[in-house]
Amino acid sequence: MLSRTADNLYWIARYIERAETMARLLQVGERISLVPHVGGGGFRNEWDSLLQASGTADGFARKYGEAVQRNIESYVFFDHDNPSSIASCVAQARENARIVRTALTAQVWDALNTAFQELRQLERTERSELDILALAEWTTNKTAMIKGAIDTTLLRNDGWDFLHLGYNLERADNTARLMDVKYYVLLPQLDLVGTGYDNYQWITLLRALSVLRAFRWAYGGEVTARKIADFLILNGQCPRSLITCACSMVTHLDRLAEGYARPTGAQALARRIHADLAGMTPDTIFDEGLHEFLGRFVRDVAALARLVHEDYLSGDVR
Amino acid sequence: MYEDGQVRPPYARLEHWTRAMPAELRHLKQAEAEALFRRIGITFAVYGEGGDPDRLIPFDMFPRVFTQAEWLRLERGIKQRARALNAFLVDVYGRGEIVRAGRIPAHLVYRNAAYEKAVVGFVPPRGVYSHIVGVDLVRTGPDQFYVLEDNCRTPSGVSYMLENREIMMRMFPALFRENPILPVDRYPELLRRTLASVAPAKCDRDPTVAILTPGHYNSAYYEHSFLADMMGVELVEGQDLFVEGEFVWMRTTEGPRKVDVIYRRIDDAFLDPLCFRPDSALGVPGLMDVYRSGGVTIASAPGAGVADDKAIYTYVPEMVRFYLGEAPILENVPTWQCARADELKHVLENLHELVVKEVHGSGGYGMLVGPCSTKAQIAAFRAKIEANPGNYIAQPTLALSTCPTFVEEGIAPRHVDLRPYCLMGERVELVPGGLTRVALTEGSLVVNSSQGGGVKDTWVLAE
Repeated sequence: MLSRTADNLYWIARYIERAETMARLLQVGERISLVPHVGGGGFRNEWDSLLQASGTADGFARKYGEAVQRNIESYVFFDHDNPSSIASCVAQARENARIVRTALTAQVWDALNTAFQELRQLERTERSELDILALAEWTTNKTAMIKGAIDTTLLRNDGWDFLHLGYNLERADNTARLMDVKYYVLLPQLDLVGTGYDNYQWITLLRALSVLRAFRWAYGGEVTARKIADFLILNGQCPRSLITCACSMVTHLDRLAEGYARPTGAQALARRIHADLAGMTPDTIFDEGLHEFLGRFVRDVAALARLVHEDYLSGDVR
Repeated sequence: MYEDGQVRPPYARLEHWTRAMPAELRHLKQAEAEALFRRIGITFAVYGEGGDPDRLIPFDMFPRVFTQAEWLRLERGIKQRARALNAFLVDVYGRGEIVRAGRIPAHLVYRNAAYEKAVVGFVPPRGVYSHIVGVDLVRTGPDQFYVLEDNCRTPSGVSYMLENREIMMRMFPALFRENPILPVDRYPELLRRTLASVAPAKCDRDPTVAILTPGHYNSAYYEHSFLADMMGVELVEGQDLFVEGEFVWMRTTEGPRKVDVIYRRIDDAFLDPLCFRPDSALGVPGLMDVYRSGGVTIASAPGAGVADDKAIYTYVPEMVRFYLGEAPILENVPTWQCARADELKHVLENLHELVVKEVHGSGGYGMLVGPCSTKAQIAAFRAKIEANPGNYIAQPTLALSTCPTFVEEGIAPRHVDLRPYCLMGERVELVPGGLTRVALTEGSLVVNSSQGGGVKDTWVLAE
């Protein structure tokens, strides 16, 4: 397929995944604001760490200064100055889809275009009539529709691989960043089991990734930092864990390499990242230092994104 | 629709259909149609004017109807015209027999801005310059059709012909069961076959066809992507193509892939910055060299525009006689060339009842409709004509046919024209239908979408 088409598909997936992450952050933030805070900072700290996790804290501070909840909600959902806002992501994904209509089924286009048209309606509605949880839920419904249309109607060709590469790269990056913002609460030496505050922070983290219930089913018993790290990094059952994302990237890069009869550097790096994770235990991660490990992982994923660009998307492939 | 106060037979069933449709249902259906257009994304994009960039062309649900007999005559006339126009193009870029024979003045051809010196002496595959000829027609009587203009470059609007039909079938399936309406959905397949049939001689396998678009900000982008999708070919921008060796290549995820036929939807001037406008970022450097050495086919061929120029238009019936040895089936609207002193005099004396157009204009801009203009407007236009007579032609205001159209108060007659799309490659083909454009404003004769025009489904009924 055209390199430009592949590039657009890849970015449609990245934008949709990012919109979904933002919606989750809104849900968590809203929830935190409803709970009397224990320990320092309260919801302001939580919002701040959520903005940091999404890489939008600086942009927000420049535009609004102090973190007032309503402003944060507007910034994360509606603000087109924020390239990662849900509105920006949905509009960009739809514009990319318009460019590559021919590579999408009618259902996928319809799902993306409907999301965009409804967003335009929401943007015209009085803010006071909009409930932030309803907006977040609207977003996760739409992204689920889009993904569902992709999974049920799209040809399993190279375009499908580029979409899934986009999803998994973005998801791996989002999960790692979200953990990194909270890494200090997962440090074993702060493992003050039973104190309400830490327990609450961990649960917030799991909620932010929509895996709280899954975690309870998979592990049961006490919530501990070690279990959480294991679940979010090394557990292949967790849909957002780093190893699940890495595994999926290997699958799709292998399919591309086979389909094009051409191995690539991106494929080799994805395999290396996956093998690294597969050889780890929570202990080796905590020995290296969670923060250091996550930093390394985020850099690896960024390097992988560059290789995917060079090997497939740039148009300079020979 | 009416003749001598009676409903003309092809419209008989439709009259019942409209009578049976209460106003509320009509409004509901109209809203449904618009929602469908928007949902499918059939919009034309207007950037830089503020407001919503995605505009809808107004869709009128009342179809326009032709009988098969009416259509067969039109079809013969259109195909004849397409063959003559292509013969003319081959001739004027070759020996120029029609000019030597004194049938067309040399300066109108060789001094024409659309005459492309870069392709003189080059004969494209199968001798076809214009692979899609859009012939704009108006009807002035039961058997009287006039050609308003020919479009030999890249006539647009065919996606509306196809989508208008899809939407009508979806909204009013009963109409299609009751009326024997000939289908038009073969068009994309015929277009693909036409383009593949003009692959260059150097192509030794199943030809790779691509549509070249200026990009997704272009107002007709939907049509470009629609056609690429329906034909199953790549939609490329200039940046996706490059020239290497004797061929044109696409940048793909698997490396370069050779392109044999380019259906371009950009103007000649932007095709190749090395040959035409050096500032063009839309084209492909070196494309024309590959074209002239037979490494790629460009449809329509560069230079095809000289055949649809408004000054050349007058001579198309002459082309039919000269090249085909046939009598023209379709007539031209009588046209006065302001470049000629005697005709200019007639035009200036009768401005209040003429339509005056710029020779190179399009889109309904820069024209004067005498009967609908004020004295001040006419005076202003007179000054423009006197300043540069060669830039204008004039035509009588025709008693254009009308077609029933849904308006606020119910149904009212509105003026319509018709653009069928004739395909020319190995064969000359035409699907039974076209794009009917309608002037939605009462009394208006201007059907262009940029000037408040809308579109309708166009039916040809089987016997």
